[in-house]
Amino acid sequence: MSIPRDKLIIAGKSYDSRLIVGTGKYKSLKETAEAVKASGAEIVTVAVRRVNILDKKKPVLMDYLNPKKIKYLPNTAGCFSSEDALRTLRLAREIGNWKLVKLEVLGDKKTLYPNMIETLKSTSILAKEGFDVMVYCSDDPIMAKKLEDVGAVSIMPLAAPIGSGIGIQNKTNIKLIKKQSKVPVIVDAGVGTASDATIAMELGCDAVLVNTAIAEAKKPILMAKSMKNAVIAGRQAFIAGRMKIKDYANPSSPTKGIIS
Amino acid sequence: MAKIQLNGVEYKFREKTKLKDILKKFKISEKKVAIEINGSIIHSHQVKNCEIKNNDKIEIVHFIGGG
Repeated sequence: MSIPRDKLIIAGKSYDSRLIVGTGKYKSLKETAEAVKASGAEIVTVAVRRVNILDKKKPVLMDYLNPKKIKYLPNTAGCFSSEDALRTLRLAREIGNWKLVKLEVLGDKKTLYPNMIETLKSTSILAKEGFDVMVYCSDDPIMAKKLEDVGAVSIMPLAAPIGSGIGIQNKTNIKLIKKQSKVPVIVDAGVGTASDATIAMELGCDAVLVNTAIAEAKKPILMAKSMKNAVIAGRQAFIAGRMKIKDYANPSSPTKGIIS
Repeated sequence: MAKIQLNGVEYKFREKTKLKDILKKFKISEKKVAIEINGSIIHSHQVKNCEIKNNDKIEIVHFIGGG
């Protein structure tokens, strides 16, 4: 059950679900579609790649996930330069007139850590070209602010390296980024299991993006449901407001009237 | 003959072959792809009359599963 009127708003459009899922690494397109459905996500990330010219019968993603029913968020995963990222997103926009895109400019093959200099440069260019840019970034509050200043519609700091499943490593920075940002802050990358997603939401983040944690679970469809619940639980806990942490025990039952 | 690179693979077509005929030959639905020739995007309204030339580098991309 979601909270009434508690919508996620990105670039002026509102969404009920605060879980965004990736569509990579699944065993089949059928499993991808089932996991997306189970997750309740309204936005999915997709990659832009060459069409396999020779394989004419190969099923395509659009046959399983209807872009008219679910929002495709083209992503520049795999791009290591501003030039490649811009080229990819300009092509993506051409396919279906998508304005909303996810920018990811990587700096290192081993860690897939973002190259923030190239990322900032690309964000600025894309925003000027009329794109609504959601930006994968490091958890550095200064860089996050600069991205917002040049027109990012969402700040997407990593919890941990892409596909690592380590979970949120720097809660302090994520909280700082959330506090200073006027655009939605979405934890992207590094979520390993449901509790990681809940923690991100409890910190006040606006949404969570998950791919590998669902796709590489033993039962991806069940994990997709679990992530859905985890995000809702975390959001509810954040809005409910947690109790204060105390140094010593505080009995839950009245101390008066104890049988002596 | 026009020698072209199509998604990194070399093909030979008659000079002035139309791009739309190449899409047809490979059974590619124009609506689900984006096309670039020599680094420039070919918008959907341009596909119909676009003719290929020798040494053209054509890229045809679509959406696949990704994170």
